[in-house]
Amino acid sequence: METPLPAMTPAGLAQDRYAGLSFTAWRWIGTLALITLVAVLPFRLSSYHVFELTMVMIYAIAVLGLNILTGYNGQISLGHGAFFAAGAYTAAILMHRYGVPYWATLPPAALICFVLGVLFGLPALRFEGPYLALVTLAMALATPQLLKYFDTWTGGQQGINLVKPMPPAALVGLGLDRDRWLYFVVLVVLLLAIRIAINLLHGRTGRALVAIRDQPIAAAAMGIHTALYKTLAFGTSTLFTGVAGALAAIVVGYVSPEGYSLFLSVSFLVGSAVGGIATIGGAVVGGMFIQFVPNLANDISDAAPWAIYGLAMLLFMYTMPRGVVGSLGPWLTRLMQKTRAG
Amino acid sequence: MHQFLQQIFSGFAAGAIYASLALALVMIYRATDLVNFAQGEMAMFSTYIAWTLVNAGLPFWGAFLMTIAISFAGGMAIERALIRPVENAPVLAAVVVTIALLLIFNSTAGWIYSYTVQDFPSPFPDRPVFGALMTTRDLGVIAVTLVMLLLLVVFFRFTATGLAMRAAAQNPDSARLCGIRVGRMLAIGWGLAAAIGATAGIMVAPVLFLDPNMMGGVLIYAFAGALLGGITSPVGAVVGGLIVGMTENLVGTYLIASQLKLTVAFALIILVLVFRPNGLFGTAIVRRV
Repeated sequence: METPLPAMTPAGLAQDRYAGLSFTAWRWIGTLALITLVAVLPFRLSSYHVFELTMVMIYAIAVLGLNILTGYNGQISLGHGAFFAAGAYTAAILMHRYGVPYWATLPPAALICFVLGVLFGLPALRFEGPYLALVTLAMALATPQLLKYFDTWTGGQQGINLVKPMPPAALVGLGLDRDRWLYFVVLVVLLLAIRIAINLLHGRTGRALVAIRDQPIAAAAMGIHTALYKTLAFGTSTLFTGVAGALAAIVVGYVSPEGYSLFLSVSFLVGSAVGGIATIGGAVVGGMFIQFVPNLANDISDAAPWAIYGLAMLLFMYTMPRGVVGSLGPWLTRLMQKTRAG
Repeated sequence: MHQFLQQIFSGFAAGAIYASLALALVMIYRATDLVNFAQGEMAMFSTYIAWTLVNAGLPFWGAFLMTIAISFAGGMAIERALIRPVENAPVLAAVVVTIALLLIFNSTAGWIYSYTVQDFPSPFPDRPVFGALMTTRDLGVIAVTLVMLLLLVVFFRFTATGLAMRAAAQNPDSARLCGIRVGRMLAIGWGLAAAIGATAGIMVAPVLFLDPNMMGGVLIYAFAGALLGGITSPVGAVVGGLIVGMTENLVGTYLIASQLKLTVAFALIILVLVFRPNGLFGTAIVRRV
């Protein structure tokens, strides 16, 4: 199956010097530059662009969740839009009906989506590869219908309008408006999600998931409880996606059945494949693809934007079948080896 | 009682269409182990080609045969140009490529032919038969499906190419050693599936009317049918498709509102996979380790 990527920081490389500085120094410089960029950027951009970046991060959390399932465990889901919707509606109903503060809706959304994911993961044990994709596709198609049907809770076709939360009073004085405040809220959740994903995937659990993906029978023979891990992978994956959905409901301030069509589910899978399927950084690239490429496609051709979007997908799949991060990672390693000063 | 029978029989006609598309899915699965998410949109595009030909003044059956030929060639071309490069890539890459095709066909059709709904002529007269339980049009659709099934069975059982295709699907390496051109067989499989899809599209268009989104739900019903019958069995695909058509009609009429139709198909898929994962006619898939 897939050959493992060369590690970016093998112990040997960390000692070497690149263009005069050690690897560790370069990593610190990179991290500091990134932190500065992420912290300063929202104050240099218009509210709308800040909103766009917030959505990129939300999609990144959703794609990260899908990556756990599809990338690391090999279960293809075309139905994560349904769990995104479940998270969004949980948050919306709690805020709208019961007046729960926005931040307190995240844990219930996470819990509900975890339970739903585990429940769906049980029958999903029966299918492999493209078949799971088709079953989840059916789920994605059924989602808007179900949301419209249970209209006493979901508000039916009209959906639910929410009030965008205000930043804490102390911060308003510092020039932080609603969009910028939510940007930082989402940023914290994203960083937390990445941290959890790293802990989960770069250890025993992650190795078990990859083993099940690549050699299910050998994995079972090694004593890995295949069914348990696959079901838990499903639940964890939908937990991430559900939290992303809840954040999206809060940030957009509106939920309606049409927002959770099949296309959303397809976007998640495409974002995950384009970003880099079994990578954590790929989720952010995937989030950018989901947020920006449809608009770009619209600029290129009003008449057939989705054809352009489809062509972009083909282009990425043929040039970088492992996704942007999955394909550029090894290239970066080679570049580092070249610049290594003797 | 009369209404009940009428629902069953009209469900039968819808089922025949699902059966055709289910047949196309089974074809691709047997040949390549792949699910083609663009199957429905390819069928829709073929139907637009038929529509163009009929509007250009061709007689219906002439346009029908020409569309089948064009679709066959188109299906082969797609396999060669687009599916081949990801043949050895992870499954996900192939899935993403067929989804990209779905978007491209849908959007291109909307661009060329617009999203307005078009009338499509039916080759069969619309007269009631059997005490108004069915129409001659339903009978015609069912007949076309059965003829197609018969042709496929004959093709796989009694022709050298059919045998070669079965060999290529079952054991590509050994087949290649026997001198079978496995790549070409895969391309023929895609061609056949596209041709079957075109037939389904042309049959369904007079009922559903022609628009770029006409196949969205049909693909899911067809998939439910293919799974119910057993994804490895062409006969199963046809029987499964017919059962799904009838179930859909009955449930929609008697049990719950029709806006939940897709949910019914989804529930059916889950039930089949939980209780009878190999379907009614399928064989258990045995894998060598």
